[in-house]
Amino acid sequence: MTRRVAVTGVGVVAPGGIGATAFWDLLSAGRTATRGITLFDPAGLRSRIAAECDFDPFEHGLDAELCQHADRYIQFAVVAAREAVRDSGIDTAAEDPWRTAVSLGSAVGGTTRLEHDYVLVSEHGRRWDVDHEKADPKLHLAFSPSTLASTVAEQFGAKGPVQTVSTGCTSGLDAVGYAFHTIAEGRADVCIAGASDSPISPITMACFDAIKATSPNNDDPEHASRPFDAHRDGFVMGEGAAVLVLEEYEHARARGAEIYCELSGYATYGNAYHMTGLTSEGLEMARAIDTTLEQAGIDPTRIDYVNAHGSGTRQNDRHETAAVKRSLGAHAYDTPMSSIKSMVGHSLGAIGAIEVVACVLAMKHQVVPPTANYETPDPECDLDYVPRTARPRKLEHVLSVGSGFGGFQSAVLLSGPGGRTP
Amino acid sequence: MSTQRSGRAAITGIGVVAPNGQRTDAYWKSVREGLSVLDRITREGCGHMPLQVAGEVQGFDPSALIEDRFLVQTDRFSHFAMAAAALALDDAGLGGGAPAEPFSVGVVTAAGSGGGEFGQRELQKLWGQGSKFVGPYQSIAWFYAASTGQISIRGGFKGPCGVVASDEAGGLDSLAHAARAVRRGTGTMLAGAAEAPLAPYSMVCQLGYPELSTVAEPDRAYRPFTSSACGFVPAEGGALLVVEDERKAVERGVPVRATLAGHAATFTSAARWADSREGLARAIRGALDEAGCAPEDIDVVFADAMGVPEADRAEAQAIGDALGGHGRRVPVTAPKTGIGRAYCAAPVLDTVAAVLAMEHGQVPPTPNVFDVCHDLDLVTERARPAELRTALVLSRGLMGSNAALVVRRGGESAR
Repeated sequence: MTRRVAVTGVGVVAPGGIGATAFWDLLSAGRTATRGITLFDPAGLRSRIAAECDFDPFEHGLDAELCQHADRYIQFAVVAAREAVRDSGIDTAAEDPWRTAVSLGSAVGGTTRLEHDYVLVSEHGRRWDVDHEKADPKLHLAFSPSTLASTVAEQFGAKGPVQTVSTGCTSGLDAVGYAFHTIAEGRADVCIAGASDSPISPITMACFDAIKATSPNNDDPEHASRPFDAHRDGFVMGEGAAVLVLEEYEHARARGAEIYCELSGYATYGNAYHMTGLTSEGLEMARAIDTTLEQAGIDPTRIDYVNAHGSGTRQNDRHETAAVKRSLGAHAYDTPMSSIKSMVGHSLGAIGAIEVVACVLAMKHQVVPPTANYETPDPECDLDYVPRTARPRKLEHVLSVGSGFGGFQSAVLLSGPGGRTP
Repeated sequence: MSTQRSGRAAITGIGVVAPNGQRTDAYWKSVREGLSVLDRITREGCGHMPLQVAGEVQGFDPSALIEDRFLVQTDRFSHFAMAAAALALDDAGLGGGAPAEPFSVGVVTAAGSGGGEFGQRELQKLWGQGSKFVGPYQSIAWFYAASTGQISIRGGFKGPCGVVASDEAGGLDSLAHAARAVRRGTGTMLAGAAEAPLAPYSMVCQLGYPELSTVAEPDRAYRPFTSSACGFVPAEGGALLVVEDERKAVERGVPVRATLAGHAATFTSAARWADSREGLARAIRGALDEAGCAPEDIDVVFADAMGVPEADRAEAQAIGDALGGHGRRVPVTAPKTGIGRAYCAAPVLDTVAAVLAMEHGQVPPTPNVFDVCHDLDLVTERARPAELRTALVLSRGLMGSNAALVVRRGGESAR
């Protein structure tokens, strides 16, 4: 069984603005939300910059229980999910709860809370036989990764398949992709899908320091995330969440929903190469792109925009450029390809979903968001990266691609309403 | 891709690293005999905790199966997973190097606890010594995706790779995920779960689960379906399965050990065990529907067996609700009472036990359990011979997931 899948609602918690409107304002203006870390004292780290969310859970109407006990990444997800559901106009209480699913991604889940309590129970790393009496009695909620999907499912009474996806930096794309399969193959009619991460903590920053993956450009944080630019020097850590309401197409039409676009393809492959390394050929990402196009029955020349992984590491941007050229051929040179990580940083598992929402909004506004900070071309990256300024464009078919530690290579294809009709 | 496909997902390889056996035959021997290996926890730094009893994998030497260059960059949970994957590939006759068609082999694992021991070591370096002491592998060892990524790299598998980071029921979801990938056209999937939640800080993190047993006597700590049920005992280890299209297996000339015939999952919220009755019953019905099975076709049920009175009652009722009168007659078992619950790996180990039970025509017993206080035919004390064609495996998670899987004996579905 293959059913069509519609996007009917979006919600975002991103650096630089909470909510889809503020998020789109930031992207379309080409502003950056990267800055010196304020969430903890980053002294001693190689990379001391990040894209942080100015987020107050009380302001967004979360109840006392969620404000006090839920991890930051879960608060993000609940706020984004509420916005998405509101935006979709769906009355979740009137839906069949057993046909309502949740699929949310996170790369590192509750690690920020786990680290916080670790410091207490280990007396600042002095004890291996940690003192359990100093731990928060609700620490199991940070330990269990499925707390994310469970908490959001409880918010909306969803009782269908509820899953948390954790494929590193492609978690967000894969969570949306699993939701796509869940609806297309008939296991649910509605799915609340997306991802969240709040990884800005000493252990996460330190572990990326150790492999020099993050940018050390601490003196100029606003311009530190430079995807595809010849002077790029690593990614800038981010945080945030994005959630979409996905529905079986006829289900959405029957309730008179406004359909943003259709989710028309998804694929993921492993590169079986290296946990953190990428080849310069991009073969596996190209395969993911090709598969999504085949699923949708779309010729590569009909792709109007590629939302890049564009992390700003030297190897990623080269890898991805090669992959897109391999899949789109000569059409790659005529296709704008930008990275919003230049503005909102790289929020690990969350960013894939944030980027899908960016694509949905780009289609809504018929505007391609730019790659901020792009100044100096790199001969190895020779496509049209939409430097610094957003660009109006007719957008019918849009690809979002991602790549992550562990070798995951994923692609999601969005098509305008009716866009699959030849 | 030229070969025709059956659309049926066959299990052709099994790899087990469990507390009661580090090979499939050793695991089955312990399971069939009803051996309980639950014991006081011996891992360094854990002795003072209120959680005293667990199922540990003792004397595990991953270097017998996995190269050192992988072992240095991974946690114990990935060591288990990589070892189980290697054993499963050998069992399926696929152990001889990278596949000719790399995109035709994918990997999906479930993970509920991550690389806790590795992570604690690196946290200790960071907070005890400073950020420059954090090693280069922390970024790839602690996260939930580590095992899938490393299995893919070690084997040269470029097919669809996934990770469900779940509560216990995620173990069955990973198998369903693999079966669906096979139905969509991927030739072969490695699927399953392995966990290593017994590092000191990981144990601290589990203490908040209200379902956790803190009884210190190993043979009394985990007694589901009895009036002395007092929670569950955690465990480590896991299993991976090779799942491939049935026709491909037949063409390769390897035995089809079983088929993954049906699966369904629902959600009824954490700690709401009474509500899991309806959730689990619906999952069972969904799995039967997908498998095209009548309730009477089920020859044995591998229970979730949470060990919490309210949860046990809900499970017994769910089996009755979904299977009708047959639910009171069908043999039910929970071999995990002899090894503990290895989180996402628990229902994968149960699935392995189900396959072996069908192969051997024996329902294994439920160790440490006597005087069942629910209306179930729970098999206790010793294995019961029976003709087993179809098994039902149940799982519920501490965060509220329910899942059911129907497994058919090899050769049954092809006719």
